[in-house]
Amino acid sequence: MSNNCKIEYNKMELMVIAASRELEDRSSVIIGTGVPCAAGMLAQKTHAPNLIIFFEAGGASPILPTMPVSVGDSRTSCKAIMATTMLDVMEMAQRGQMDYAFIGGAQIDMYGNINSTIVGDYKKPKVRFPGSGGANDLASLCKKTLVVTNNDKRRFVEKVDFITTPGYLCGPGSREKAGLPAGTGPYRVITDMAIMDYDDKEKRMRVISIHPGVTFEQVQENTGFKLLVSSDLKETKAPTKEELKILREEVDPQRYIIGR
Amino acid sequence: MSMCMSTNIDNVTLSSGIGENFHPFNLTESRAKIEKKKFENKLTTVKEAVSKYVHEGSYLGTGGFGCNRIATALLHEIVRQGKKKLAFAGHTTTHDFQIMVAGECFDRCDAAYIVGLEARGLSKYARKYMESGKVKTTEWSNATLAWRYKAAAMGISFLPAKALLGTDTFKYSACKTIECPFTGEKYLAIPALAPDVSVIHVHKADIYGNCVIDGLNNSDSDLAKASKHVIVTCERIVASEEIRREPWKTAIPYWSVDAVIPVPYGSYPGNMEGEYFSDERHLAQWLEAEKDDATYKAFIKKYILDTKDFNEYLQLCGGIERMTQLRNEELLIK
Repeated sequence: MSNNCKIEYNKMELMVIAASRELEDRSSVIIGTGVPCAAGMLAQKTHAPNLIIFFEAGGASPILPTMPVSVGDSRTSCKAIMATTMLDVMEMAQRGQMDYAFIGGAQIDMYGNINSTIVGDYKKPKVRFPGSGGANDLASLCKKTLVVTNNDKRRFVEKVDFITTPGYLCGPGSREKAGLPAGTGPYRVITDMAIMDYDDKEKRMRVISIHPGVTFEQVQENTGFKLLVSSDLKETKAPTKEELKILREEVDPQRYIIGR
Repeated sequence: MSMCMSTNIDNVTLSSGIGENFHPFNLTESRAKIEKKKFENKLTTVKEAVSKYVHEGSYLGTGGFGCNRIATALLHEIVRQGKKKLAFAGHTTTHDFQIMVAGECFDRCDAAYIVGLEARGLSKYARKYMESGKVKTTEWSNATLAWRYKAAAMGISFLPAKALLGTDTFKYSACKTIECPFTGEKYLAIPALAPDVSVIHVHKADIYGNCVIDGLNNSDSDLAKASKHVIVTCERIVASEEIRREPWKTAIPYWSVDAVIPVPYGSYPGNMEGEYFSDERHLAQWLEAEKDDATYKAFIKKYILDTKDFNEYLQLCGGIERMTQLRNEELLIK
């Protein structure tokens, strides 16, 4: 896939690596279950060794020895600063000390609203999913919300069946009107094809970087709503040998995530 | 283009959720009913504790976090005793949820995280049960459900917070919005929740019910304070002197606890911090068994219904040999 030194990688690996790069060193982040666990751990082992990682069951600033299978398992408090309570972590976000929420998504719309609750009608759902878990809290209370999910039309939809977790709701001003804290909201979406942010004026999803070997048309084809495009559209840097080695050997040797 | 083509604008200005509050909190009644538990020997058995404190219609809360530090022995016993029509708090419930579904024990559910096992995938049977129409649900998030416990623990009927606002999760919750009397700021108002009974697994307890959790508390100190009755299982019973020597470690004090039962490996197949890792093999077998009705029924019969107690279940799962492997995994010993 990559044209410079023939490094082979799959789409999942690229997505995890691209997502991990979004986390700055020394920032604070609450990490949700699944792909974010792999990306967070990779960030800690590469460019962000001082990343302050939190987990919603109370793990506070661990040094992850292996990727957690649950955001409440014992890896999440390994060599941590604190093993505390859920509300201790959530209240840190509520008072404005949490830079990033990092979550996965089942269904997402152009304003970054996420559905992880049901397909169909609420009273008679066709499919029941887990629900919010901590995702609504994280996306309501953290400053910037990162979402990592595969780019396909079933996930990127015109209208989500249920707004489990708030994005920009109906667009500009609606988070504020709903009463959500100022200075919070969706920030990036990292998929297996591209990286998106949100346009300042309309608060709609906008492509800012396309992964190597992918065209904008392909991203649009796999998205169920019209994407905006940045005037400064970039190509995502291909994974480095070092990133791939750490991801494969240290973060996810069992291939829980990258083998999907 | 309409501003709101992708979503429902009503949610943004909605002032009250339409979800049912399955267990409304009444301060006067709660203060009258919540007993200060005695300083007495509370050692009992799993069988007796479940039969005494879990009743048809009870509201049940579970400690831990889905597959981590859960009171598996008590949950199995609730299934074996055929308890039905419970209301259940889905405060990140994963394997505990699967067990309650196996017994079809509940018909009302406060859902924050249900039917999934995080990175392990979704439970087919849990989904089927939730899609069957047999269960009434109200939506929450993990933090709002934890704040419900916190409010009851504080002895007040609600707490304000800043989550849920503007979403369908709010619409299908039993929350309202409220204005701060000081600043006029809009808040979510979260109703208190005081479960009738909660089941919590801890590392150590003395015979009076003073409990130490050597690791993540999740919401268990608040859950214990909020609940009318608390049944505790522990990895081991310790002398009361051990509690008094390091009193800052007490996560749950005796005045919140009704019953204590030592159950070594009591969180199995879940993880117990510092003790043993989750048995991913057994959890995968469980998910696999759910793919076929007959296999699933036989699986539940073998592992829960036909076992006389938790130790028999542990034996079926590989006994001390398997537990030793899981301890090595927990300690990252290769």
